[in-house]
Amino acid sequence: MATEESYPEDLRYHPEHDWARIEGDQATFGITWYAQDSLGDVVFFDPPEVGATIAKDEPYTEVESVKAVSDVIAPLSGEILEVNDEAGTNPELINTDPYGQGWMVKVKLTDTSEVEALLDADGYRELIAE
Amino acid sequence: MSDAVVDPPATAEVPTPMQRDRATTIYERSVPGRRAAAIPASGVPGGDVPIDELIPSRLLRDEPARLPEVSEPEIVRHYNRLSRRNFDLDSGIYPLGSCTMKHNPRINERVAALPGHARLHPAQDPARAQGALELMWSLERSLSEICGLPHVSLQPSAGSHGELAGLLLTRAFHEANGDAGTRTRVLTPDTAHGTNPASVTMAGYEVVKVATNEDGGVDLDDLRAKTDERVACLMLTNPNTLGLFDRNIAEITGIVREAGGTLYYDGANLNAIMGHSRPGDMGFDIVHVNLHKSFSQPHGGGGPGAGPIAVSERIEPYLPVPRIERVEAGSANGSNGDAPHVRFELRGAEDHPASIGRLRGFQGNFGVFVRSYAYILSLGGDGLAEASETAVLNANYLLARMSEGRAGRYLPIAFDRRPMHEFVLSGSEAKKQLDIKTLDIAKRLLDHNMHPPTVYFPLLVDEALMIEPTETETRESLDGFADAVEAILAEAEQDPEIARQAPYTTPVRRLDEAGAARNPVVRQDLG
Amino acid sequence: MSGYTSVTGDERREMLAAIGVSSVEELFDVPAGVRLDRDLDLPDGLTEAEVYERMRDLAARNADAESEICFLGAGMYDHYAPAIVDAIVSRSEFLTPYTPYQPEISQGGLQAMFEFQTAMTELTGLPLSSAGLYEGPSTVAAAGYLAIGATKRRRFVVSGGVNPESRDTLATYSAGYPAQVATVPLADGLTDLDALAEAVDSETAAVFVQYPNFVGAIEDLEAIAAVAHDAGALLIAACDPIALGILRAPGDAGVDIAVGEGQPLGNRLDYGGPSFGFFCATEAQIRRMPGRIAGETTDVDGRRGFVLALQTREQHIRREKATHNICTAQALNALGGMIYLSWLGRRGLVELGELLVRRTHYARETLAAVDGVSLLHDQPVVREFAITFDAPVGRVLDHCASAGIAAGVPLAEEYGNGLLVAITEQRTIEQIDRLAEVLGDGIALARSAGAKREEVTA
Repeated sequence: MATEESYPEDLRYHPEHDWARIEGDQATFGITWYAQDSLGDVVFFDPPEVGATIAKDEPYTEVESVKAVSDVIAPLSGEILEVNDEAGTNPELINTDPYGQGWMVKVKLTDTSEVEALLDADGYRELIAE
Repeated sequence: MSDAVVDPPATAEVPTPMQRDRATTIYERSVPGRRAAAIPASGVPGGDVPIDELIPSRLLRDEPARLPEVSEPEIVRHYNRLSRRNFDLDSGIYPLGSCTMKHNPRINERVAALPGHARLHPAQDPARAQGALELMWSLERSLSEICGLPHVSLQPSAGSHGELAGLLLTRAFHEANGDAGTRTRVLTPDTAHGTNPASVTMAGYEVVKVATNEDGGVDLDDLRAKTDERVACLMLTNPNTLGLFDRNIAEITGIVREAGGTLYYDGANLNAIMGHSRPGDMGFDIVHVNLHKSFSQPHGGGGPGAGPIAVSERIEPYLPVPRIERVEAGSANGSNGDAPHVRFELRGAEDHPASIGRLRGFQGNFGVFVRSYAYILSLGGDGLAEASETAVLNANYLLARMSEGRAGRYLPIAFDRRPMHEFVLSGSEAKKQLDIKTLDIAKRLLDHNMHPPTVYFPLLVDEALMIEPTETETRESLDGFADAVEAILAEAEQDPEIARQAPYTTPVRRLDEAGAARNPVVRQDLG
Repeated sequence: MSGYTSVTGDERREMLAAIGVSSVEELFDVPAGVRLDRDLDLPDGLTEAEVYERMRDLAARNADAESEICFLGAGMYDHYAPAIVDAIVSRSEFLTPYTPYQPEISQGGLQAMFEFQTAMTELTGLPLSSAGLYEGPSTVAAAGYLAIGATKRRRFVVSGGVNPESRDTLATYSAGYPAQVATVPLADGLTDLDALAEAVDSETAAVFVQYPNFVGAIEDLEAIAAVAHDAGALLIAACDPIALGILRAPGDAGVDIAVGEGQPLGNRLDYGGPSFGFFCATEAQIRRMPGRIAGETTDVDGRRGFVLALQTREQHIRREKATHNICTAQALNALGGMIYLSWLGRRGLVELGELLVRRTHYARETLAAVDGVSLLHDQPVVREFAITFDAPVGRVLDHCASAGIAAGVPLAEEYGNGLLVAITEQRTIEQIDRLAEVLGDGIALARSAGAKREEVTA
C-alpha cells in the first residue's frame, strides 16, 4: 500500500492535486499523495501518446481506481517527451510511490513562466487542509 | 420493539461450512462422456449424409465448443449450490435505495408461464395474438392513467433504454421544429443516477449539471442561469434521489418549457407517488416507468426489467414503432353474433412516419408486461395508492427510528426535510468519530443477514447511505434493521476494527476488487 | 385488497405517532397544484383467483406454439427448453436479488455470470464476453457505439442480410450517436462482396453482417473481414448462438465483435422477451465493452470469489463518459442460457446443430418441390431458409393457420414475396411434410381466389 503522507519540498503543485518536478524547460508530472489516497487502489493508468500537446489546467489522461475515474490535469503546458509505461503495466506504483516510480509523463514546457502560478509544498498543504 | 439483536460472530477464526466449500465452476465438474440432453435422430428419409455434404467444411468448426459435460443431477446440484451463495429479497430486508425491492407476487410467475404467453412466438400474426395485444394495450392505458400522460410505448427494455428513447424523442421533436442543430444541451441535476448522463451522451447531447439547493431540491437560480435556447431537455426525478419531493416542481418544468425544452421524468422513484401525484400533472412530457421497481417484476440478479415510456401529445408522433392500436369495427364480422367488435393491431412506420423507429426487436419484454399487468389487476387503483402510502410510511418510520440513539448521532440525515419513500443518511460522523466508513457499516450488516442500503450514492452526500424499505417490510423488520445498525455502531464504539474487517459469516469475505480490475480474469481458462 | 403489505391499522397509528404526525397525508409533502385530488381511474383490485382467470382468458386468445405447429423464426425459435431451466431460474435466490453490488452475498449470481461469459467466448471464439445485454437487435446498435469509440469514425456499412429489425434499431440509435448508415444488398443470398468493397471507405467505423444471415445463408466472414480490416473498420457479426455450435467461430474468421439474440438458448418465446443479448469482442476492446462483466478474484482469506470487474467503464461510475448507458439487463435470462448450454453440453450442441442442418435441408427440398414455390437462394443453410411464391402471403398464411400451422414469417419487400421458414428439433419430418401439403393447397387456393377476383374485376 501507499507510503506515508508527504509533499516533497522540491516539487510544485497544482490545486487539482498534481505535482510537477521542474528541470530547466522540462518537467515530470504525477498525482499527489492526497490524490492517490482519495482514489484508493489505482487499477488502471493509460499512458498518453508521446508527442501529444497538453495544456495547463486541462486533462491529459485518466486514472482509475476500483470505483472512481479521475481526469489527470496538466499543471503546465507542453509537449509529451516520455511516458511511464511501467506505471501503465503496474498501476499500483501510483499508490506506492506517487512521487517516484509512479510518475506519469515527462514534458517539454512551452512557457516556463506558468510555473509561477503553481503552489509550493506549504501552499498545497494549506489547500488540502481546508 | 423487536427482540434484542444477537450479535453475530466478530471474527472469522472458524470458517463456516460454506466458507470451507471452495467455489468450483460447472467446467470443473465436467467429465468427458457425461451428458444431460438426449437429441433425437434427424429422421430424414434415406438416412443422414455427412454434414459437410450439406455445408462446406471451410464454414464449419474444427472442434466442438468446450461446453461442460455434465449430467442433469450434477447441473441441478451445481446451480442449487450456487443459489445458496446468493442473498435474496425472499430471505430478508433489502432496503436498496432507488431500487424498490418490493415483494414479487408468485401469481405473476404463474400467469407468465401460461403457454399462451410463454410459448407465443413474437412473429405470430397479430390477428392470432389478440390476447397479448389486448394485455399490452391495457397495460399501456393503466400506465397512462398512473403517469398522467396520454400515450405509452412499452418497447424500452429497462430504465436506461427508456431514457435513451426519451432523448431520441426529444431530438425528433426539436428536428420537427427546426432547431435540433442549436439545442445541444441536456440539463441533469447533480444528484442524477449515472444512467442519465450516460444516456445523454449516447443520444448525442452534452450534459449540463444543475446544482442542488439547501433543501435538497433543484437550485432555481442555477436552473434559470443554465436554461436558454440551447437546452433540449431537462431530466429529473421527483421525488429526487434524496427521497425529497421538489416543492418547486411546477416552476421548474415551466422554466424549461418556456425556453422550448422537453421535460423528462425518470420514473425510478414512482413508487412514492402512485395515485397521489402524476408526472404529467407536474408538467413532464416523457416518463419512463421501471416495471421491475414499482410494478413488481423480479429483479433476477440484474434483470430482466422493462422501461415503458408515457408521453404528452406533443411527443406522441415520434413514439417508437410498432405501436398498438385498438380498432373498433362498425359491426361484427361474419355471421357469428358474439364475435368481438374490437381488434388490436400492430402499426409500423408506414402509419407513423414521424416515429424515431424501433429500439429493439419485436414488441418488447412481454413476459414482464404480463407480470406487471397482473400486479396492477391485483392491486387496482386504490391498492396502488395504498402501496405508495405504505412505502412512504415505512420509510418515515424507519427514519424516525434511525434519528434516535447512535444512528442519529453518527449517521445524520443529509437533508433535514420530510422524505417520501426513501431517505439518505450521511456516514460522515461515523467516519470522523468512530473511524469506520459507510462501506464498513454495509459489510457488517451482511453478518446480520440483512442487505445493506445503497452506499456512496447520491454522490453529493459524503459517505451516503440511501435507504428504501418499500411497502413490503413489516414494522418488525424495520425495527430489526434499525436495531442492527444501532448494534453495529455500539460495537464500533468499542472496537471499530470489527466493522472494518467485516463480513465474517458470508460465503466469501471482502474480495480483492483492485486485483480483479488490474488483472481482469473474465472467463475460465479451459486449457 | 391486500396490496401485498402487512401494516395493520393499529400499527399504522403507532408508526405515525413514532414519526410525530397524525395522518399519512401529512407525510406527502406535495404541493396542492400537483397533488392528484381523485382516485386513479383504474378498476378495483382482484383476488388472486380472479387475476388468474382474467390472465388465462387473455392467454387463451393467443395461438401459441403449443396449440399449433410453429415454423416461425426470424431471431426467436421454438426450441424445447428443459424443465431444469424453469426449476433453477424460479428459485428465490436467483429470481429476487438485485444486481450483485455486494459481492460477498452474491457469489451465486456472479459465478453464473462468469460461467456464462466463458461459454459465450467458447461459442464465438472471442476472448471477452459481457454478462448479457437486453436482446438481439439492440446489441447490434451497442456494437456500433463501441465501434465509434474505437475508430473515432461515424459511418456504418450494413449488409442487407442483417435482420431488418436490427437494421431499424441501429438506424434509430444512429440518429443520436450520430452516425450514417449505408446498406449493401444481397446477391444470391449472400452479402454482395463487390458492393461491400465499394461501400466501405476510410470513414467507415464498422461493417455489420449476420451469421447465418436473415435469409438463412452462411456468410463468408473471412472475406468480409478482409474488406473491413483493409479500410480500418471493425467487423461486427450478429450470430445465432445455436448455429455457432457447428459453424466456424466468428472470432476465428476475423470478426471483431460478435453479438446476438440469446433466446434460442433455453429462453421462452414470451412474445418477444425477456430474453438476453450477448456481446463478445477482441481483447483490444476490453475497456469499451458495454454492460456488466464478472471477474474472478480472491477474498482476504485467499478464497476464490467473483466480483463485477471493470466497473469503471459503466454508467454508475463514468457517467457521461460511460461505454454504454445499460444498467438493469437480463441476468436471469443469461443464467437460463447457461443452464441450457450445460444441459446440451459439448456434444449435445453439435448434435442439435447437425439435426437442424439435416431437417432444414430436407424441409427446403420438400417445400421447393411444392407447385409454385421457389427458393430465394440455394446457399447452404443451418436452421432457416426463404421461399418465394406468386400468391398473396397473407392469404396463404391464413390457410395454413386454419390447418393449425404457423407456416413462416412474411419476407420484407426487399427480399421478395414469400416466407422465412424456421426449423427446430421440435419440428418433425411428418410436420414438415404436412407443411408442404398445406402450403401447396394454400398457394393454389390463393391463386385461384386471386384469379377469380381478377375475372370479376375484368
